[in-house]
Amino acid sequence: MESHFATEAVAQLRRRSLRAAAVNLIGPLTMLGGVTWAFLQPDRLTILHPQGQGFWWLLSEPPLYVILVGLGFALVLAPALLEDLEEAEDAPQG
Amino acid sequence: MLPKAEFVHWWFATGFLIIGLLLLAEAVVGEAVWRRRPWRVYLWPSFLFLMGVLMWPVMVFYTNSTIHMLAHGSWAQAMMLAGAAELGVARGKLHSPYWSLATAGAFLVSAAAILLHEQNGWLYARSAFLHHAIGWTFLIGAAIPLARAFRPGSVVVRTGLALVFVVTAVFLFSDRDTAPIFGHLSPLAGPQHR
Repeated sequence: MESHFATEAVAQLRRRSLRAAAVNLIGPLTMLGGVTWAFLQPDRLTILHPQGQGFWWLLSEPPLYVILVGLGFALVLAPALLEDLEEAEDAPQG
Repeated sequence: MLPKAEFVHWWFATGFLIIGLLLLAEAVVGEAVWRRRPWRVYLWPSFLFLMGVLMWPVMVFYTNSTIHMLAHGSWAQAMMLAGAAELGVARGKLHSPYWSLATAGAFLVSAAAILLHEQNGWLYARSAFLHHAIGWTFLIGAAIPLARAFRPGSVVVRTGLALVFVVTAVFLFSDRDTAPIFGHLSPLAGPQHR
């Protein structure tokens, strides 16, 4: 009986850790995508060679946008989401 | 001076990426966890609605042709309608899962608009290729919000919806005003820049 509960607890922990890991990874993977893009196509970042660029060119830095979206997700959304995920899974099933 | 069309595509790509990541996170944690904080429920429908609102200035300022104006105008309306319906569901004012059909309809309108207003072939230039690719992505992708109306809790459907937005963001980020696609660039497209 005890072994059954232990098995269930381990399975639940594994499910949770998988979901938590997925939430934790969304932001960093997005940022990694932006950084990789910046290395592959540095010309898409006019901030690296700003001489003679107009306002719109300097504002438009697509790899930076991707990095910022990932950063925003990781800093603003993910912590509260992980907290709620943990609370929901710790709550007694009723 | 107006920003180039490619800049606007990149800004909208950022919006689509945000919506895609929010939907992906919702699919991963499940609806019950996602709804634990009320503000979170409004996030992606608000972005969709806001993008619809921001499409109006695009319609007003980018009047390359009548068909461009009609396409941008129909996107604005479709995105606002889908965003409003999803906001209604998030708020609890609307209960039926069939409201997801508004999003399916918005996908179909967007697909039709983007395919009809691109009058060049796939390999004319990169922007033409991406217009076709995005149009077909939305046309096929419309099956996902349609499925969501009947299977609202399905993780596969929710993940699929997120991926449509992420893929669209990748396409839009790849857009350049005049650039080759797989080595092809029509001489009629004009000189390639940067």
